[in-house]
Amino acid sequence: MSTATETIEDLVKTEYKYGFVTDVETESTPPGLSEETIRHISAKKNEPAWLTDWRIKAYQYWLKMPEPTWQFVKYPKINFQDISYFSQPKPKANAPKSLDEVDPKLLEMYEKLGIPLRERGRLAGVAVDAIFDSVSVGTTYREDLAKKGIIFCSFSEAVHEHPDLVKKYLGSVVPYTDNYYAALNSAVFTDGSFCYIPKGVRCPMELSTYFRINAAKSGQFERTLIIADEGAHVSYLEGCTAPMRDENQLHAAVVELVTHDDASIKYSTVQNWYPGDENGVGGIYNFVTKRGLCKGKNSRITWTQVETGSAITWKYPSCILLGDGSKGEFYSVAVVNNMQQADTGTKMIHIGKNTKSTIISKGISAGRGQNSYRGLVEIRKSAENARNFSQCDSMLIGAKCGAHTFPYIEVKNTTASVEHEASTSKIGEDQIFYCNSRGLATQDAVNMIVNGFCKEVFKELPMEFAVEAQKLLGVSLEGSVG
Amino acid sequence: MSKQPILEIKNLHAGVENKKILKGFSLTINAGEVHALMGLNGSGKSTLAAILAGRDGYEVTEGTVTYLGKDLLELDPEERAREGVFLAFQYPVEIPGVNSTYFLKAALNEIRKHHGLQELDAIEFLALVKDKIKLLDLNEDLLKRSVNEGFSGGEKKRAEIFQMAVLEPKLAILDETDSGLDIDALKIVSSGVNKLRRPDSCQLVITHYQRLLNHIIPDFVHVMADGRIVKSGGKELALELEANGYEAILKQ
Repeated sequence: MSTATETIEDLVKTEYKYGFVTDVETESTPPGLSEETIRHISAKKNEPAWLTDWRIKAYQYWLKMPEPTWQFVKYPKINFQDISYFSQPKPKANAPKSLDEVDPKLLEMYEKLGIPLRERGRLAGVAVDAIFDSVSVGTTYREDLAKKGIIFCSFSEAVHEHPDLVKKYLGSVVPYTDNYYAALNSAVFTDGSFCYIPKGVRCPMELSTYFRINAAKSGQFERTLIIADEGAHVSYLEGCTAPMRDENQLHAAVVELVTHDDASIKYSTVQNWYPGDENGVGGIYNFVTKRGLCKGKNSRITWTQVETGSAITWKYPSCILLGDGSKGEFYSVAVVNNMQQADTGTKMIHIGKNTKSTIISKGISAGRGQNSYRGLVEIRKSAENARNFSQCDSMLIGAKCGAHTFPYIEVKNTTASVEHEASTSKIGEDQIFYCNSRGLATQDAVNMIVNGFCKEVFKELPMEFAVEAQKLLGVSLEGSVG
Repeated sequence: MSKQPILEIKNLHAGVENKKILKGFSLTINAGEVHALMGLNGSGKSTLAAILAGRDGYEVTEGTVTYLGKDLLELDPEERAREGVFLAFQYPVEIPGVNSTYFLKAALNEIRKHHGLQELDAIEFLALVKDKIKLLDLNEDLLKRSVNEGFSGGEKKRAEIFQMAVLEPKLAILDETDSGLDIDALKIVSSGVNKLRRPDSCQLVITHYQRLLNHIIPDFVHVMADGRIVKSGGKELALELEANGYEAILKQ
């Protein structure tokens, strides 16, 4: 009788295939957080005094902040003194000058993850910055991009090679006072990606950062800063995985995007951090602040995310629509399975005239997962003729999971038009039986139904990613129905 | 030449959670035959269809169902489909976001794989679709939409018969396909079903009303009451039912 539900349960059970640990010698700072730790990190990276000072200010501010508790997720209190804030593969005598000198074990690991960094096997049309624990191990296609004036490098390099740009934009969208984890990140961030697209340049390839947490007991705190100058366009991809470990690991990143007049940034994430096992042991706490500033007129920022990993996902990639006629978009698929929890959504802050925003959110809950959409649409007084359309759909697989929606709408200008649609559906035994009766196996049926549900988001992903995302969704939900 | 049986149901007893619905149902359908199963609501017609297609939640307590020499009840629903059993649903299910053509291609290829045939690619499949679509006077646009999503009642039923045309089952069960159809749609659906008659396959047409049988002419008509067949006959039995009502037949 209950086989349909059991099948649903079974289908979501699957092995996390990126859970291996790479055996490289790393050097990590001992766990603990103090001003000294921060000075140590800053010194390791040979940073200028202004940046060290900025970190210390952030740290001082963080110390005074209360830990937020309003999110709809549960986890034991994090002991910030238990985390190692800096871990890097031990440098062999000298730091590698090019990818050819990078530890072959690392290159092998990235290959295993499907991210070949070596010249020969590189992904065609995608430039990759690979971040391993706290540091960038290499960036591909840099020279080709440099010819167009595009800067794409690790954050640490940017601090030394382009200090004016970093100084100008760092913290301009997400100040360290913004929130608890943004303050912590500002104090201890170790590396990340930096990207600058000059005036009028359309970036000829996808730029991508691949994050990997390897070391035990370490956190990953990276910063990404992308600036599209007037009329510039760029599409950026982000991917993440981590080994399977019994303890929870913290990933608290900050991403800042800035678009000037007529510029656009499309930022796509496929987040596949280790989600913990089926009993909720281990997994990554993914507490991330992502925000874009549409500074110039008619500029545009698009966030597309497929969130299948992490024990807890807690983030709201947002847009501040400052420039007149600017556009913000958010397309999201968030999947929770087993004991995973997600509280995710977006904020669209309309300040400029004729600004437009679109929110499409698809939440899928399976196992005993809890999935919340939380979103804010704010139309400020100055935002004449602002338009927003939001659609939040939830799908439940099985009987023990939950879906929640917390939409906030604040309108201070009467010319605004705000639309919100929401739906919750259960993946029906009827739907599965219908597919079965046409010869499709249950797993294939679930994949098909879920992919259909997410279609509006997948079509916004860059082509290579869309295929990966569909596969990933299939794997994440494997065993959820049966 | 002796007839080749496709489906043999013997003394089938089945129900849900302590409620018996089928009480000794028996029926044999041979290749090339069309059988109509009629009966009042609650007589067990749709339960029979569901059990034949393998829907969860029914318990068979007694009897056998043999399909092409195999124990049908042992097979999963998808295995039955791949072996050539097709149920045209009374209430076809909507699958939002899943393109109808994609869905049907996946289904056909599962069946082809099962029979060791090469899967059709998109181009070959479209050629097949174009061919079959003429049979049913189906609006091609429906195939570009999501499976059954936003279809009218008539469109859903036509889409079911279209699937049947593409999948070419050995045993097609039409569960109240006429319900919710106006007379024009009824004609189109029936003529489609008639065109799909083949000497090596059979059809079981379940209906409440005789009117469908003006268009789909059955070889045999069975009247079902309280979980089993109480009377069988030729196509004239349906007319008798229409004229005198179920009461008269059940009293006999």
